[in-house]
Amino acid sequence: MTRQPLFAKNPSLLIFLACLALFTLLVTVFSEAMGTGLISTSFVKTLGKTLCLCLIAIAMDLVWGYAGILSLGHFAFFGLGGYMIGMWLMYARTRDIVVTSMANAEIPPTNAEVIDGIGNQIFGVVGSSDFPLVWAFAHSLTLQLILVVAVPGILALIFGWLAFRSRVTGVYLSILTQAMTLALALYLFQNDSGLRGNNGLSGLQNLPGADHIPQATISLWFLWASALALALGYGFATWVVSGKFGSVLRGIRDDEARVRFLGYSVEGYKLFIFTVTAIIAAIAGALYYPQAGIINPAEIAPIASIYLAVWVAIGGRGRLYGAVIGAALVSLVSTWFTGGQVPSIPLGFYTIDWVDWWQVVLGLSFVLITLFAPKGIGGLFDLFTGRTPPNRHGKDLGPDSGALQEQEADA
Amino acid sequence: MKTLLEVSGVSVSFDGFKAINNLSFQIGKAEMRAIIGPNGAGKTTFMDIITGKTRADEGRVLWGDKSVSLLKMSEAQIARAGVGRKFQRPTVFEDQSVFANLAMALKKDRSPFSVLFYRGNTADTEKVEALAAEIGLTDQLSRKSGELSHGQKQWLEIGMLLAQDPQLLLVDEPAAGMTPEEREHTTSILVEAAKTRAVVVVEHDMEFVRRLNCKVTVLHEGSVLAEGSLDHVTSNQDVIDVYLGR
Repeated sequence: MTRQPLFAKNPSLLIFLACLALFTLLVTVFSEAMGTGLISTSFVKTLGKTLCLCLIAIAMDLVWGYAGILSLGHFAFFGLGGYMIGMWLMYARTRDIVVTSMANAEIPPTNAEVIDGIGNQIFGVVGSSDFPLVWAFAHSLTLQLILVVAVPGILALIFGWLAFRSRVTGVYLSILTQAMTLALALYLFQNDSGLRGNNGLSGLQNLPGADHIPQATISLWFLWASALALALGYGFATWVVSGKFGSVLRGIRDDEARVRFLGYSVEGYKLFIFTVTAIIAAIAGALYYPQAGIINPAEIAPIASIYLAVWVAIGGRGRLYGAVIGAALVSLVSTWFTGGQVPSIPLGFYTIDWVDWWQVVLGLSFVLITLFAPKGIGGLFDLFTGRTPPNRHGKDLGPDSGALQEQEADA
Repeated sequence: MKTLLEVSGVSVSFDGFKAINNLSFQIGKAEMRAIIGPNGAGKTTFMDIITGKTRADEGRVLWGDKSVSLLKMSEAQIARAGVGRKFQRPTVFEDQSVFANLAMALKKDRSPFSVLFYRGNTADTEKVEALAAEIGLTDQLSRKSGELSHGQKQWLEIGMLLAQDPQLLLVDEPAAGMTPEEREHTTSILVEAAKTRAVVVVEHDMEFVRRLNCKVTVLHEGSVLAEGSLDHVTSNQDVIDVYLGR
């Protein structure tokens, strides 16, 4: 009960890190960059993106599985993180192109001309050439990296402060977060929001100044970075929930009023975990979109955040490895089904096309898991770790369901 | 004796129904008080007002030496100021171990950052173990509290209350669902606690109140009907009318 090392208290952390390291090593060895080419570059990217999705699933598990806040807005933070890094990637890369194309001009271009050129390239598609205010820091990687954390963090802080201090809870809070996500997506869809409207930001897979490095190698770099971020995120989340803070979070989930009467300011804790998980989501997004290559406002739409909740529910709420398993499994299977690689089933009168029917399968499995296996896939681990609830049978001896049962009392 | 809590002229109404009507009440720093009254007399609402769950429409609730008003404080602030509350139904965190429940209640800095970096220490573990011994749950420390029996949950909640080390304990029907021996033990814990702090017990059971052997306040329709020793109030004609007359 006294102080123990984090690993001793959480054996699953060590197992998880070992699995992640093994996975990364195997993908690296079999990747195109290492010569064997058993795993194509595009699949390495898919796996790297999946690791980022696992990271945001951990954030979702912290905020929903542990603290009981069903946020339907964490993909907005994910997307914002992507936009922030995307702005720098696009700016720096376009700058390289503009400078190269102007290098042959008889008169060397002035700085203002270069910037005009970049603006024309980036905003021509929305009929503009001036840099909006939000691009003020796009020239600097350092500043944009700070914004990756700061913009979603501050948005979450303000939104959370307003929502939690008015004691909005449960389904109303979910609706509120969803409204925030929708509002943000609709705003970004506008051309004059300054982020290229529905075109979004593209060409993000090309790292500035790295044209000579093949995508196969770059994809590996991002896989490693994503794996490292996931490992750190998992470790951090384990540390957060393993101590008394985790106790308080789970207390808030189970009986908010009781925690308040113990003297804990529930609003402060909710705000803290909401903001921290928004930042984790943003970091995951900043690693995801350079691998995806493109980001547009449709990525932020509320449905993405709902999918996130589905992943965590299928994987198992309230346990971190459950969230990771759910996100990895569902998103990979989803890629498989929607990628058109699964053969259709001709029934004669109708052909089951999995691209369309996958949604139905996913929805159905979500309903079935919620009804019959509320612990999700992660619950399977309880079978051999013995973390099962006591087998209680017989009649209640006391006044309510918490009382001893007939056969327990005999023991 | 100095006053710890002074409630004066407090009224609350819900949709026109006056749950508390111009109620005044005070209690000293080391005093035991029992509150009795028929159903709907406002006993629980009275506790809700003190703990900040319900806002008073009018009146004053003053706390401690500095006579701070509790009416403007949040539930958590009031709890940190030193008011502990035990609910009628045992409410413990069923998904967590008995140890975690008690550790969460221990009097400590409650700000998110200090809790985040808190990693337990020997002194606190000993405190929790001492509390567990007092409430007879030493062998259950690592069990999930949801597995406990009803009576054990009551104990655990009393233990959590003591762990908070409050100056004022508000206890709602502590003996509900307990065996006679358990009631005996509860009485002795409460009497012991009342030597160093104020204890307010809401109870229906007259036998239990008699054993507490303390001053009794009778509530009726949201205000104080009578106050004094149990024998004094039970011989009061108004009290007899309220309890037997309907």
